[in-house]
This record gives sequence, structure tokens and C-alpha cells, in this order.
Amino acid sequence: MTSVGLMRTANGEPAVRSLALRDRLMRVAEAAVTPLVPADVLDIFHPLRSGADLRARIVSIVPETADAATIVLKPGKDWAGHVPGQYVRVGVDVDGVRLWRTYSLTHGPRADGHISITVKAIPDGAVSNHLVRRARAGQMIQLGQAEGDFVLPDPRPEKLLLVTAGSGVTPVIGMLRNLFSRAEPLDSDIVLLHSALSRSEVIFGRELRAYAAEGRVRLVEMHTDVHGMLDVHDLDSIVPDLAERTTYACGPVGLLDALEEHHTARGLPLHIERFRTAVVATDGEGGTVTFGRSGIIVDGDGATPILDVGESGGVLMPSGCRMGVCFGCVLPLRSGAVRDLRNGEVTVAAPGDGVIIQTCINAAAGPCDIDH
Amino acid sequence: MTVLQKKTESTNPIAHLSDEEIERLGVELDAIRQSILDSRGERDSAYIRTVIDAQRKLELASRAVLLASAFPPAWVIGTAGLSVAKIIENMEIGHNVMHGQWDWMRDPKIHSTTWEWDNASPSDQWKHSHNELHHTYTNVVGKDNDLGYGIMRVDEDQRWYPLYLAQPLWNFINACFFEYGIAAYDLELGKNLSSEKRRQAPEFKARAKQTLKKIRNQVRKDYVVHPLMSLPTGSFVPTLAANFTANLVRNLWTHSVIMCGHFPEGVETFERTSIEGETRGEWYLRQMLGSANISGSKAMHFMTGNLSHQIEHHLFPDLPSNRYAEIAPQVQDVFQRYGLSYHMAPLPQQVASAWHKVVRLSLPNDFLATTNAKNLPSQLKVLFAMTTKGPKVRRAAQARLTQQARRAKVAAAA
Repeated sequence: MTSVGLMRTANGEPAVRSLALRDRLMRVAEAAVTPLVPADVLDIFHPLRSGADLRARIVSIVPETADAATIVLKPGKDWAGHVPGQYVRVGVDVDGVRLWRTYSLTHGPRADGHISITVKAIPDGAVSNHLVRRARAGQMIQLGQAEGDFVLPDPRPEKLLLVTAGSGVTPVIGMLRNLFSRAEPLDSDIVLLHSALSRSEVIFGRELRAYAAEGRVRLVEMHTDVHGMLDVHDLDSIVPDLAERTTYACGPVGLLDALEEHHTARGLPLHIERFRTAVVATDGEGGTVTFGRSGIIVDGDGATPILDVGESGGVLMPSGCRMGVCFGCVLPLRSGAVRDLRNGEVTVAAPGDGVIIQTCINAAAGPCDIDH
Repeated sequence: MTVLQKKTESTNPIAHLSDEEIERLGVELDAIRQSILDSRGERDSAYIRTVIDAQRKLELASRAVLLASAFPPAWVIGTAGLSVAKIIENMEIGHNVMHGQWDWMRDPKIHSTTWEWDNASPSDQWKHSHNELHHTYTNVVGKDNDLGYGIMRVDEDQRWYPLYLAQPLWNFINACFFEYGIAAYDLELGKNLSSEKRRQAPEFKARAKQTLKKIRNQVRKDYVVHPLMSLPTGSFVPTLAANFTANLVRNLWTHSVIMCGHFPEGVETFERTSIEGETRGEWYLRQMLGSANISGSKAMHFMTGNLSHQIEHHLFPDLPSNRYAEIAPQVQDVFQRYGLSYHMAPLPQQVASAWHKVVRLSLPNDFLATTNAKNLPSQLKVLFAMTTKGPKVRRAAQARLTQQARRAKVAAAA
């Protein structure tokens, strides 16, 4: 429909007419399926169509190491593309519960339109373990658009130093694959310094070593079991021309902080990507409850329902049965942790999750940000 | 039946329970609830997604068949399919999703805060009157509008007026147009239209406007848009009739199932004061005594939206409906061990029982019990007098009826 509208735009009037017709058809469709919306009906047949909420179908799952795998995805038609180095939010149904996490995109733009993320299963990681061990091709996941500014500039710096550790290699592999897929010879001088627990733990190890063998990068692997942890003070000896290079780094917080201090002191250009940590304090002793839209902040102890905490702080709270039955009091928890006073179960929300909670039977289990 | 608190020691079904026992019962029920929460997962989410997907396909297919409903077999198949689709949409999906039974999945498309159903009453208003009022104040006379929807006499302790003679008729009409009945009582029309001040209240006006908009959309879909789409095959009127029939079938079915939940003989009602300072155990107990189940096949449970497990639903309104069948034996065991009666019977029996109560209470107290074929003419004369003459006559006649009933009981006992 859109293309018809566009083609006729040159003639002026018919375009307006076709748009008006489309509008009218849409209204008839809405009237025919109410109380659903036409999208609900179309989703049954074509969940990846243009205009649908952004989703992706798992095309394949390729093991990378014993506990890491690459998930190749066919995104919905409205996927706006990405630049290598960027990340994407994915919503995965783990044991029936939709959980959102962020992963780096590990391919440059591909000819088949697929995208990929590479996931390392971390201990107690609900989503990462699900994706690496339980997800199957054909399943659907929810998707956000690509985000992030950890990307190579155009024009590219002539001399690059890429410092990665563990799964921090994931945004960088996307950059490398994109650079090496081009037809014209690459004139960049790239050093990749990668730290991992052991040789077998190196995600994309074989591919990186192949790039090194072809002379496309100078690869320095540091395996903690043999060489110990990477120390930024050794950088000068590992990379003698460090001062001439622009550094891109991704890895654990400790490494990034040390690198930032080191480079700032010497005035060297540095770009870093910090993976968002989803760790939330859940000590059960309560915490400050912030009602974002009302702008009211109240102290919530671990035994008082958030509904009561809000009301005593002067927030006009929706409420109902006050005993966990009617769901009349539910509000989105933007971030933080709450504990169900009936059975002690803790619900955690990372920024962006917007988990909807019953305020009448949940108490703060840490600082909470309520969208109200 | 009479409210629980007015019953004597011998007829009160909870007289044998101590406070400690009631609290222990609450702990046992909490444990049953927790066992479902602990095992709730992928199997359950797959269930509701499958049901929603199948219901939508059934509705689409039925509506497609109805495009040619001038052809009689198409009318029959399409109407049957649409009736079933509408029932599933209201019962197993709409009612349960709006209860928050599936909120734990965190899927914004299957969530109590976003769901809208194929019914005249807007989901917001229904959630208030059903989840908040009915489920919190279950069977509390004067608080729970589901008891007779505010238009019926549901208890001996409510004084009888001649107007109640028509209540079987009201109940039947309400059953036929149940979705509008629900919309009216979600709006609390009886109360809100009673005075100029209430009629003009901005909150009421906004809600009435919202309901009218919902009704307009529903009517336009069923009685204008789809019949018009059938026009090319000359099926305008048949499609309109099919939609009307499907709505009627859905209304009669849902009304019957819902009557079975709290109306059958033997289900208890409660006094307003009884819920002040109610403990968790006492709340559970009220739900146990105030609900009745329907026995039947898996298909039967599914088509009632698992409201056939009304007792389990009232104890745990936010547990996924597909799990009620699994905990029913455990709940029944709790009833047995605490010496409580678990009301369960097949649908026809429960419907008959509920209707019997509607008819019985439409008549003065003890009228039905004291009437037989022999004294029918004289009894009718009494009823006519009670209906047409003043309150004095009514009181005197009522006293006589009560006395007769008591004597008959004593005679039967001797």
C-alpha cells in the first residue's frame, strides 16, 4: 500500500485519494474486529510483518564455546538496521516469563538480512542459560531497535587497539566482520588484545586466529590460567606504539575503570562499552520508593506494602481489595526490587523492564522506582 | 437459607471450628496456592497462548463461513462456531486474563491492565465490580452486587414485596441480555440513576459515556459491519441473525454458569459485620462456603472458563485457570477434613437448584413449603391478598405461613 501511495505522489491527487481509501479500509477493519485491533488479527498469520511490534524468529543457534552460542535471528520488517558495535534489547520468554536483556550484535549488516547476538551463559543467568541451552530454531523473541554509540567512526582511525575480555569481544567481532567483508583491501592497522579464562574459553577463537593468520589483525591472546589477569601497566610492552592508536574496549568493569584511568592520565583516545549490570540490591530491609511521575520519594520498610507507603507519602494511589485479589492497584516497577509479603518472593526489575506489580501485597526489597 | 451469622448452633456449618482451626485451614490453602506458583511456567504460558490463538482462528473462520450464511448449512456451522468462540473469549480467556491470572508472564498483550473483551461492559468497570467488589465481598449481603445483581431477592432475610413475584421473569430476561445486565450493574445504574445529583456526577457521566461507546462498537461490529460484508451473497439478514443468536447463546450460557457459582441451594451468605477484621483464614472460609462447583467433563470445564471450579477460583482468583482441576482434589480434601460441605453437582442440577431458589424467594417465605396440590386454591388466595393489600395484611399472612411451616416440620419430625 505504501509503495502505491509513493508512486502516485507525483500526480498529486490520486495519492491523497489512495491514502484516504486506505484510511477508510483501516477504519472498517477496526470496526470489524473490535475489541481487538487489526494488528492482533494480523499477528496470528504474520508476526514479522511491517507495522507489527518488533520481533524476531530464531533461525539457528550455533555453539561457540562450551557455554556460549550465537543466536541468528530473522528480524521483523521494521528492523531499522544497525552499525557494528551496537547492541539490542531482546525479550525472551523464560519458563513462561518475559525477561528483557541487552546483547551486542555480532554481525555487520548481512546480505540475508539476518542479525545475530552471541550469548555467554553466566551462572544463575536466566536469559543467557535459556538462550544458550534451551532455545530452539523457530521460536519467536521480542526485539528493540539497535542502540549504542560504541561504533567505529567514519573515516576510520588508521591505527586501532581493540581491548576485550570475556564476552566483551561480542561488539568487536561485529566490527571486524564488517571491515573484513568489504571488497576493497583494508588499510587499517588493528591490534586486538583479548583476555579470556583459558584458550578454549575464547569466544570466536578460531575465527580470530584465522584473521591473525591472514595478517588482518595482530592478535594478542591472554589466558588468565596461564598469563594471569591483564594489567594495564603492561600495555606499553604489549603494544609499543600505543600512543599512536585509538583504543576501543569492552569487558568487565574493573578492566574498563583501570583502562580509563590509564588512558586519561596519558591523554590517549579511548572509547568504552560497559555492559549494563542487572544486579539489584535485594537485602529485604526496604529502601527508598520513588514515585517517578508524582516526584515523591518515600522511605519504604521491608514490611509495609508499597500502596501504604505511597499513600502515607501523599501519593494518590490506585487501590482495590488491599489483599492481593483484585489487581486494581497494579503499577509498573521501572527498576528495583520488591518482595511479595504473602510468600516472600522477590520480583526484580532492571531499567526498561517496567514489570507490573501489585502494590498492595509487595513491599520494597531495595530502592524502587515506581512509574506513577 | 439465611445469613450465616443468624443460624442456630445446630445449623451453622462452622460452629464446630475453633479460631485456631480456621487459621490452620488458611495455612493449608496457602500451601496449595504456593505449590502452583512454584510449578507455574512454560507449560502454562503455552496453554493460554494456544487457547487465544485457537479462539481467534475459530472466530475468524466462523465469520468467514457466515459471509455466505444465506445458505442454511453455512448459517448453522457459522453460528455454532461463533457462539463457541464468543463463549471461550468471555470465559476461559477474558474473565481469567482480567483477573490477572496471566500477568506473571509479563506479556503486555495478555495482561489484566490491557485486555479488552467481547462484551458490552468495558473491562475497567467490570474489573472494579467483579474483581474488587464481588471477589472481596463474596456473598456478603448488601456488599456483593453479584447476589441478585441488585434486582432480586436472594435471601429470606430480605423483606418480601409483591414486585418480587416477577423476579423469575427478570432473571430470564437478564439471562438473555446478560452482557447488558453486566454493563448496567457495573455502572450501578440502579443507584446512580436514583437522584439528580448522582445522575449529574461527572464520574458517573464519564463512565456511562465509556460504556455507551463500548456498546456502540460492539453493536456496530455484530449488527452492521459483518452483515454488510455478507451483503454480496445476499446474506445481510442471516448474518445479523447469526450474530444475534451467538450473543444470545453466549449470554444464556454465561448466565447459567455464573448462577451455578453462588446461587445453588446450600451456598451461604454473610452479614456485613461479619467481614470486619476478617483474618486470612476467615476470608478463605467465606469463599469456601459461598461458592459451588459444577462437575463434568474436561470440555465442560473448558467451556465454563473453569468457573466450574468456582470454589478453587474463589479461593485463588489469580491462579491460572488451567491449574484449578489439578488442585480441586486437594481442596476437596481440606473441606472433608474440616467438616465442611463441598457443593458440587452436574450443570443441569445446579442450574435447576439455582432457578428453584429464584422462584422460591420470589414468593413469600415458606409459601412454597406450605403449598401442595390440595391447598393450592386457598394458598393462591392468600398470595393474591398479600400482593394486592397493604403491609398489614402481608405481615399477618406471613406470620401464618411461618407458623404453618413450623408445625409441618414438627409433625414431620414426630
